[in-house]
Amino acid sequence: MDILYAVIPPAILSQIFVGLSRSVILFIVSSGLSLILGTLRIPNVAHGSLYMIGAFAAYTVSGFFADSSTGFWAALILAPLFVALVSFISERALFRHLYEREHLMLLLLTFALSLIFSDLVKLTWGAEYKSVPVPAMFQGYVPLFGEMPFPTYNLFLLCVGPVVALLLWLLINRTKIGKIARAAAVDREMVGAVGINVSWVFAGVFVIGCFLAGLGGALVAPTISVTLGMDHSLIIEAFLIVIIGGLGNIWGALLGALIFGLTQSMGILIWPKFGIIFPYLAVVIVLIFRPRGLLKSAW
Amino acid sequence: MVTGNAALKNMLSAGYKTWVFLGVVLLVLLPAVVPLSAFRFYIYLASVILLYGLAATSCNLPLGYGGIYQFHHAVFYGAGAYGTALAITRMGISPWIAFLCGPAVSALLALIMGLICMRLSKLYFGMLQISLGSLVWAVVYRWYSFTGGDDGIQGIPVPDVLASARGAYYFVLAVTGVSFFALYRIIKSPFGIALQGIRDNPVRSEMIGINVMAHQLVTLVIAGFFAGVAGVLFVVVDNTVFPDMLFWTLSMELIIMCLLGGMYNFFGPLTGAAIVIFIRTFSGSFVEFLTSSAIGLFGGAISESAADSLMAFAASFSSYWTLVLGVICILVIFFVPNGVLGFFDRLKEKGREAVAVGE
Repeated sequence: MDILYAVIPPAILSQIFVGLSRSVILFIVSSGLSLILGTLRIPNVAHGSLYMIGAFAAYTVSGFFADSSTGFWAALILAPLFVALVSFISERALFRHLYEREHLMLLLLTFALSLIFSDLVKLTWGAEYKSVPVPAMFQGYVPLFGEMPFPTYNLFLLCVGPVVALLLWLLINRTKIGKIARAAAVDREMVGAVGINVSWVFAGVFVIGCFLAGLGGALVAPTISVTLGMDHSLIIEAFLIVIIGGLGNIWGALLGALIFGLTQSMGILIWPKFGIIFPYLAVVIVLIFRPRGLLKSAW
Repeated sequence: MVTGNAALKNMLSAGYKTWVFLGVVLLVLLPAVVPLSAFRFYIYLASVILLYGLAATSCNLPLGYGGIYQFHHAVFYGAGAYGTALAITRMGISPWIAFLCGPAVSALLALIMGLICMRLSKLYFGMLQISLGSLVWAVVYRWYSFTGGDDGIQGIPVPDVLASARGAYYFVLAVTGVSFFALYRIIKSPFGIALQGIRDNPVRSEMIGINVMAHQLVTLVIAGFFAGVAGVLFVVVDNTVFPDMLFWTLSMELIIMCLLGGMYNFFGPLTGAAIVIFIRTFSGSFVEFLTSSAIGLFGGAISESAADSLMAFAASFSSYWTLVLGVICILVIFFVPNGVLGFFDRLKEKGREAVAVGE
């Protein structure tokens, strides 16, 4: 370990880990967005709102339980399911009628939905800051890299990221619904012609993508103060990650999330005042050299 | 009834020229007719509608006429406002010259961003524009010593002539009037026709010798310039700038204005801006009015305290105007995709067809 510290100082190592745990949240949210964009071709601006609803739902669910650990696990399951339900209703009621319309209309529809969602959140939960307790089992810090204390909860996040990535990969590449969804992304009419109900496949993909947004919200809730407007910056970040990774490519979303999270944490270390501009700068550089994203796009 | 119907038909078949003339007369006389008790409020409202209308119309030039996904137009609007504000407060340039700096900054920014984004098409173009725009926003948001950071800049000094609400209003009216005329001429010029040709069929346009890239780039610069003009007008009316003026949600609002009013109609975005600002300003009082009349009608059925809490809820509703806007937006997307003016155009056409059949 001493050799490692000689190469990379502990302060930087610790900041890298902070960036990685941020990347996990970004990956989970943007992989859902990427799935929807790649298969359904909907630039879903409401994705950020669903992430916010996930965080607020986690607050409500964890409030039901006196024990913070039980509350946490319950929230981790129930909050994304609630978000999935909300997305299912909006897909069946609104989106499915508009799949043939141009991107601009879909973008506006999802933006209108995000306006509605944010006011509904304000009506339901109020405009105050909410805090979700870190579960007892993940409280405190672990002494990582010598002196640097690292939050245990962030270590948990670092374990969740790869698990979600693996499950998603299995879903897309090893299950029937994944295969149908990939085929439908390429040629919707052909899939319909062989007797598959494309409309329901699309609904399924949309719900899974939104479930991931809710999961991201539930996971991030204990680390931040849950508040209105938490969707605004995240949705832009998620879109940029999807774009630099390659539309509809899950591994691209992972790569993009890593770039975004790491440049952000490193940027704060190098130049605290302008830390937030580094990820945007990275995105611009990537897109100038690889306009279609780093990995192969699904389109 | 018959005469009313005929009058309506006459109004509908009247060309836009009549409407524009009536609108201009109304706007010029507005300061003389609004009630003095709320003079500042109504004049401010009219000024804001005009300048947002200009921002939305300039957004519609690439979006509706050029078919370019101009997803982050607000950044040019904000750059114009900041360009002027910084020139006045930080560099001590005289306001009249600073008013020209704003649009120049916007046009330059549009040129730089356009050069970077032009290589991409459609959704990718829009996304790269959003990321570049967010970069600009992040710099403005964080650079406290120069741009004032998230507080923005308040109390920007403007010339004495423009300090009164009336003076600012007539300045806004004159500048937007000239800008609308210029934009209209641009759209009707050979350049504008070529642009619409590119929108409808880029490959064929390229084949007949139109330089697609150059046309689109010039469009972006013109759009950026007029967005900057709108930003300067905001500084004149409000004497403040803040980083939300460059945030992407404002860009979405501008696109919504284009959609609500109608993208394929020159005055669509202005109409949309008026609709959005009316919703923002009056949705609260409208809901209060509805609730109080409902209580007046069915007052006997509910208790006094229930009525009071209902009214309190209605009063709080003014902070939920985005909910109203979102619902209206969804209704427009589903039922009148060409916007309000597009809807009237179709009515007019149907009227003509009916007359033709009748004859």
